[in-house]
Amino acid sequence: MSDELEFLSRHVARGKLSRRDFLGRAAALGASAAFANTLLSDAARAAGPVKGGTLKAGLQGGESSNVLDPALNLSQVNFNFGKCWGELLVELNPDGSLENRIAEEIGSSPDAKTWTMKIRKGIEFHDGKTVAPADVMATLERHADAKSKSAALGILQGIDTMKVDGDAVVVSLKEANADFPYLMADYHLVIQPNGGKDNPNAGISAGPYKVTINEPGVRYGGEKFANYWQGDKLGHAAQVEIVVINDPTARTAALQGGQVNMINRVEPKIVDLIKRVPGVTIQAVSGRGFYPFNMFCDTAPFDNNDLRMALKLAMDREELLSKILRGYGEVGNDMPVNKAYPLFSTDIEQRKFDPDKAAEFYKKSGHSGSILLRTSDVAFPGAVDAAQLYQQSCAKAGIKIEIKREPGDGYWSEVWNKQPFSLSYWGGRPTQDQMYSTAYISSADWNDTRFKRPEFDKMVVAARGELNEGKRKTMYRDIGIMMRDEGGLIVPFFNQYIDASGKGVQGWVANPAQEMCDGYALALCWLEA
Amino acid sequence: MSVPILKLIAQRIALGIVLLFAVSILIFVGTQILPGDVAQSILGQAATPQALANLREQLGLNDPAYVRYFHWLGGVLTGNLGTALTSGQDIASSIWPRLKNTLFLAGCAAVVAVPLAILLGLIAVRYRNGPVDRLISAFALASTSFPEFFIGYLLVYFFAVKWQVFPAISTVFDGMPFLQRLEAVVLPATALTLVVLAHMMRMTRAAILNVMQSAYIETAELKGLAPLAIIRKHAFPNAIAPVVNVVMLNLAYLVVGVVVIEVIFVYPGMGQYLVDHVAKRDVPVVQAVGLIFAAVYITLNIIADIAAILANPRLRHPK
Repeated sequence: MSDELEFLSRHVARGKLSRRDFLGRAAALGASAAFANTLLSDAARAAGPVKGGTLKAGLQGGESSNVLDPALNLSQVNFNFGKCWGELLVELNPDGSLENRIAEEIGSSPDAKTWTMKIRKGIEFHDGKTVAPADVMATLERHADAKSKSAALGILQGIDTMKVDGDAVVVSLKEANADFPYLMADYHLVIQPNGGKDNPNAGISAGPYKVTINEPGVRYGGEKFANYWQGDKLGHAAQVEIVVINDPTARTAALQGGQVNMINRVEPKIVDLIKRVPGVTIQAVSGRGFYPFNMFCDTAPFDNNDLRMALKLAMDREELLSKILRGYGEVGNDMPVNKAYPLFSTDIEQRKFDPDKAAEFYKKSGHSGSILLRTSDVAFPGAVDAAQLYQQSCAKAGIKIEIKREPGDGYWSEVWNKQPFSLSYWGGRPTQDQMYSTAYISSADWNDTRFKRPEFDKMVVAARGELNEGKRKTMYRDIGIMMRDEGGLIVPFFNQYIDASGKGVQGWVANPAQEMCDGYALALCWLEA
Repeated sequence: MSVPILKLIAQRIALGIVLLFAVSILIFVGTQILPGDVAQSILGQAATPQALANLREQLGLNDPAYVRYFHWLGGVLTGNLGTALTSGQDIASSIWPRLKNTLFLAGCAAVVAVPLAILLGLIAVRYRNGPVDRLISAFALASTSFPEFFIGYLLVYFFAVKWQVFPAISTVFDGMPFLQRLEAVVLPATALTLVVLAHMMRMTRAAILNVMQSAYIETAELKGLAPLAIIRKHAFPNAIAPVVNVVMLNLAYLVVGVVVIEVIFVYPGMGQYLVDHVAKRDVPVVQAVGLIFAAVYITLNIIADIAAILANPRLRHPK
């Protein structure tokens, strides 16, 4: 049966059989609709992308105050558009490995302190100039400048000196870092002519699309860059367009009405409804992002590890996952990393809801009275409900939680990282080291759990400089366990990125790194002929 | 026009200008007491203290408030609204297309809503207390009582998703052909029309009914004039002042109060522009937009006042 189906699916891909006929034949042969659709998309990929046409995405996360400068690029729309026009040194593959792009080869000295990036020859910028090692170095310089406003400043702080050496850029680090190549995949580090020092907002790089429309908060557009160095792989549509649609209902309506071909951020609670719409495919992928409950380890009463443990044990993760995310995610284990990360040990015991043990720890901590938990709609979708569910599960362990709902406006400046117990979100990082270094070592700028333990810092630094993978994996296992048992972090769940694509969209490759195929959806996909 | 009327009108305009200055102070104070600071909001959750300090210094947030106020006022008076803190773009040139869009949508809605409301009001008076009057009132009140997002979503559901006759999103842009632009705003303009209809209709009805109690209407009736002619020739002209007032109020609402509709239909107007910049604490933009909104409101109210003065024969022909 499946041979015949496969044969038919190739006919569809070549346009000899209509999609509807195919599905009808498939049903007649007893295949499920899901199976038939999978066959179709495999066949479409094998038949090769269709060139031309206009691909449109309706995305949440754009404001009229946005600019094109990749350094200031924080919301989803700019992130996605950046991947259309920008080109990076390396890119994250769906399996967590790296693919070299502008960097042809990255090698390190044995101590992981000096890194040499060979720059690929013959790549052209949109303005006709050739990408030179000097442009790469200027880009890194601009983002690493202490006066820079770049969001990548933090990850580049380890750079000591840089120099251009022939066709390569040589970077010396202050401390060993085996993950250095991963840092270069940061989406802010778009290589610009002269590093964008002359005009960071010009929107010129070496990506598959040239910027043609730039209306912040409204829409963006690009046309195919004829001299793109990898045109067979990325940039199939002749034009791409992003329409900023911040309202979730409007976004789904636009997809259903066919005004856009793909959307991001489908709310978990409507996924099952959207699934039933003909032609619409839900594209969900487990990611590295998570929604933490943060406790300050240096502020009473959270400076007591027994109390922290009680609060961790009093969380019913399964219930939260099924009610808040409708199952579109996976339970957390009070660590900021999960199996989507390279070098993660899956054998660490999963923490479970245990009200009796929680009550025991709570008693041991000697705390009495209610504990104030701050939440807000902006912390993550469903954060207020999550706090209420948590309040109920804590009550089962005899712990009284008082919830304060804070206004969304100003939450990130007044509550998060300021108040001792609050809800938040973290997007993932490419490596475990980056996640720990960003938020959990003593000197981290965003240490939102105030976890300050010299021995922990030492472990993180040691793991960072270790080039032996086996040893490194063990080290990260120990780091994870320490975080889990002593940290100020309660992780109910890791969320999935839930996007949706419309009729005729092919070539989608799910990537756990970020939503919308790590932002490459517009460049990767094509419209069925 | 006689001198007293010109004097009255001049007074109104002068008062409007004074009011605008007062509003500018209020706007400025209001933007100062928003919690959080600009730098933090621009850089968001991912801000490093170093990046924050750099940005704060660059934006000049360390000057005292009154210095910034006069600096800003001076700029506004010379036609310079400043540059946006977040994007570094000239505010005047980025507001203009947004303002045009807002006025276009408001205009489309008004062109339908105002004549329709007044006509329905007249019909309701003609057939007052009968089934027609009740039907008109019930429809108008129901459409106003529904929250505007509900009406918006209903329209989207039926016209964009189910029947697919109009686009679900109304993203308009420069260089869009006029007819396409009209097609894009059909749904939001309809939603707005439904929202403002009842207020104007009921006010028209009430104002005319009020006049209908007068002795001269009775005289007209006794003269044997047709009911519609009485309303048109004798009642309506005397009810213009309150009707104009409520029409202007609703026009002002169409310009300054439609952010929800803009969000639902993804329409790039002033409301969304303002909300984005409030969220980012982009104070110069918030002030500029606030001032424009205030100016629209005050101007429309002055027009209503002047219309009321002109419609009043006692003021038009003083003894």
